[in-house]
Amino acid sequence: MKKMFSVILGGVVLAAVLGGCGGKAGAGKAGSAGEVYVYNWGEYIDEEVISMFEEETGIKVVYDMFETNEDMYPVIEAGGRTYDVVCPSDYMIQKMVENNMLAELNFDNIPNVSQIDPEYMERSRSFDPENKFSVPYCWGTVGILYNTGMVAPEDVPTRWSDLWDEKFSGEILMQDSVRDAFMVALKSLGYSMNSVDNAELEEARDLLIRQKPLVQAYVIDQVRDKMIGGEAAIGVIYSGEMLYIQEEVEAQGLDYELEYVIPEEGTNVWIDSWVIPSNAKNKENAEAWINFMCRPDIAKMNFEYITYPTPNKGAFDLLDEDLRNNKAVFPDIESLDNCEVFQYLGDQVDSVYNNLWKEVKSN
Amino acid sequence: MKKTKNTLKRILEDFYLVLIMVFLYAPIATLMVLSFSNSKSRTQWGGFTLRWYGEMFESATIMTALQNTLVIAFASALIATVIGTAAAIAINSMKPLSRSIIMGITNIPMLNADIVTGISLMLAFIAFGISLGFKTILIAHITFNIPYVILSVMPKLKQTSKSVYEAAMDLGASPLYAFFRVVFPDILPGVLSGFLLAFTMSLDDFIITHFTKGAGINTLSTLIYSEVRRGIKPSMYALSTIIFAAVLTLLIITNFAPQKKFEK
Amino acid sequence: MSKKLLSGPYLIWMAGFTVIPLILILYYGLTDRSGAFTMANVVSIATAEHAKALWLSMGLSLVSTVICLVLAYPLAMILRKRNVGKGSFVVFIFILPMWMNFLLRTLAWQTLLERNGVINGILTALRLPTQSLINTPGAIILGMVYNFLPFMVLPIYNVLCKIDDNTIYAAQDLGADFWQTLFRIWFPLSLPGVISGITMVFVPALTTFVISNLLGGSKILLIGNVIEQEFTRGSNWHLGSGLSLVLMVFILASMALIAKYDKNGEGTAF
Repeated sequence: MKKMFSVILGGVVLAAVLGGCGGKAGAGKAGSAGEVYVYNWGEYIDEEVISMFEEETGIKVVYDMFETNEDMYPVIEAGGRTYDVVCPSDYMIQKMVENNMLAELNFDNIPNVSQIDPEYMERSRSFDPENKFSVPYCWGTVGILYNTGMVAPEDVPTRWSDLWDEKFSGEILMQDSVRDAFMVALKSLGYSMNSVDNAELEEARDLLIRQKPLVQAYVIDQVRDKMIGGEAAIGVIYSGEMLYIQEEVEAQGLDYELEYVIPEEGTNVWIDSWVIPSNAKNKENAEAWINFMCRPDIAKMNFEYITYPTPNKGAFDLLDEDLRNNKAVFPDIESLDNCEVFQYLGDQVDSVYNNLWKEVKSN
Repeated sequence: MKKTKNTLKRILEDFYLVLIMVFLYAPIATLMVLSFSNSKSRTQWGGFTLRWYGEMFESATIMTALQNTLVIAFASALIATVIGTAAAIAINSMKPLSRSIIMGITNIPMLNADIVTGISLMLAFIAFGISLGFKTILIAHITFNIPYVILSVMPKLKQTSKSVYEAAMDLGASPLYAFFRVVFPDILPGVLSGFLLAFTMSLDDFIITHFTKGAGINTLSTLIYSEVRRGIKPSMYALSTIIFAAVLTLLIITNFAPQKKFEK
Repeated sequence: MSKKLLSGPYLIWMAGFTVIPLILILYYGLTDRSGAFTMANVVSIATAEHAKALWLSMGLSLVSTVICLVLAYPLAMILRKRNVGKGSFVVFIFILPMWMNFLLRTLAWQTLLERNGVINGILTALRLPTQSLINTPGAIILGMVYNFLPFMVLPIYNVLCKIDDNTIYAAQDLGADFWQTLFRIWFPLSLPGVISGITMVFVPALTTFVISNLLGGSKILLIGNVIEQEFTRGSNWHLGSGLSLVLMVFILASMALIAKYDKNGEGTAF
């Protein structure tokens, strides 16, 4: 048994040496211009961009990642660690605004905001009415992904209600999050996905309970890999994954294709934006960061790495013609007519949603 | 006759061991295979490649996280073992009532869902005005590690007979001397397996670390979880494979090198 | 006794980092958002969804614990027998898998169990019909057994190693057969280890949410999932804390029940 101890000790020393070498690469660049604490989604930036920012501005970046908006919120709210710039989604930004957790941006420090397509600034007004707190970083839609090898041409889904088709029993991957799941049900019933009407919500709940036997699994980000692997015929997915999916299907030489459909009833258009928490310690550096992210060449680098559509007009113009015309990546604005952006509905309504969802899941 | 029966028994035992090994190592083998696959998919084989290993060593993020993970695991396991073993000895000599109370509280970190432990610790740190950082992860890990040490040491203590210890003292040994010569060797396997468990639990923890870590500090677990949303990079599989291979090699060296001495 | 002093550091540590956080949970569990006292969070365990989730969790973790015990006991006995001369190597082999990150391991099971996964691939190659393995209660139990088996093996093995071979020989000399030795000698002597093992498996199995998400396809709501969602997605810490309190009481009660069977009153669960 004593040997275990020496094994562990050996391992730790080895790793400390290993890690020590790796660690140096990141450190040492600390600039004179202070620091900026960035809190972003995992894998949501080209890491090269971070070192470019450090080199150009002399500001040292402390970069951290979260997995969901809901994981991020208590961290910021508790204030145990403070971040200077964060990248939450629409409804979460609204929640943070309403709870006075965000600082107003000083747009004099962010001249590159002019590169953002006004269309997205306009859409941002649904959660940030005066465009005071946020600058869009990525956006996208939610739609249905289907496997051409498993879905016959005449059965191709075009509407959310196709997710209730008995043909697809055991072949459906649903989103495992309250708002996305209810969005599907509410939209298929013709209601707003920001509904606060109890009768409508209960109807949606019953619909979701009816769907449950047909569902193979409730997942979040695994839809992508499961669909590529041919585990299910149709799934509800974020549009940002499409470029990756198309490349992977091609790279793996699969004998089927995966197609993306925005359902006729309309869907969720989501926007992830940069915001500055009110307890930020380096506000000007945070603004420099946002400004840097809005620079067309940087936005293009990030787009190419994360493949979620960019609201940056300058970057869009720099892209290849093929990519610009890829409707799965950049859908036509016209097709988004009956689409909505999620809104924060208040704690009261939030808990109504949560309870109804729990009833669905425990059924 | 008896010999064949014993051989048969041995074969059955070996078969059982192998079966359990397959069960335990099938997922690990899968991860190892995936670390050499030239495809990001978890189900498709994309041809042999070493590029994930290259990417892994180049990534400062992964290397720093690895360092943090191991330092925290080692330090927290060591401290928890010292505190936990001392506590187990004290608890063992207590009256049944106070023993029950303390053991009850000891079980709390194990009884709580991890997320509750994590959030409650975060709230406590903030209440104490301790800024979240490396040290708060360490404190949290020590906290949830101590019960594992105590639970490993207690059964051993139960089995040591008090009379041997008392006999040693009757023969003039000081309590400390009697403890290290008589009791400690008896409970050592429990102490070491407690340490090992603590080290392992610390390596594996995500949720508690997530809520108690400071800005910019990652362990491998928090790094992996932050990647789940956008797909785990196969360089993580590569890292796991290397850790696994390194530990296995070290283990084989330490185990079989000195053994030769006994065999001659 | 100076021995009592040894518990000093632990008592201080416990007070600071176990008891105070627990009081915070108690505070949250017994108040509502406005800070007023309420029992609603605790009582809500009786609602259909919560009660069902708790019931399912109890069932699945009980089955997993029993499977772990049945697998681990013979394993520990074999390991004890083989231990001579080989040191910790054999034991280490059973802990080594845990050094691969928990999430990665569980994801690897997905790869094995999926419709186009490794196991079904083997079945197809053998011309056997494929099975739907993933997203079932069975897959959750498998995940629990896989992840928590070492916690059962280790304490039992530890205790078994302390049993004197001569005790066994004596029993055999007196004419006891294999089963008599097992149930009259081995089992009673190893009970403290068994109880530690049951605690270490049952509790994490009861509170897990990652396993049911990844291997159960989130179609089965366990109490751990409910609590996790109240803390993260629902961001209702009060309800989450209240339910955690109830869960703790349930675990304490289960442990008390197990301790009853520990005839010597020497169980290590408490």
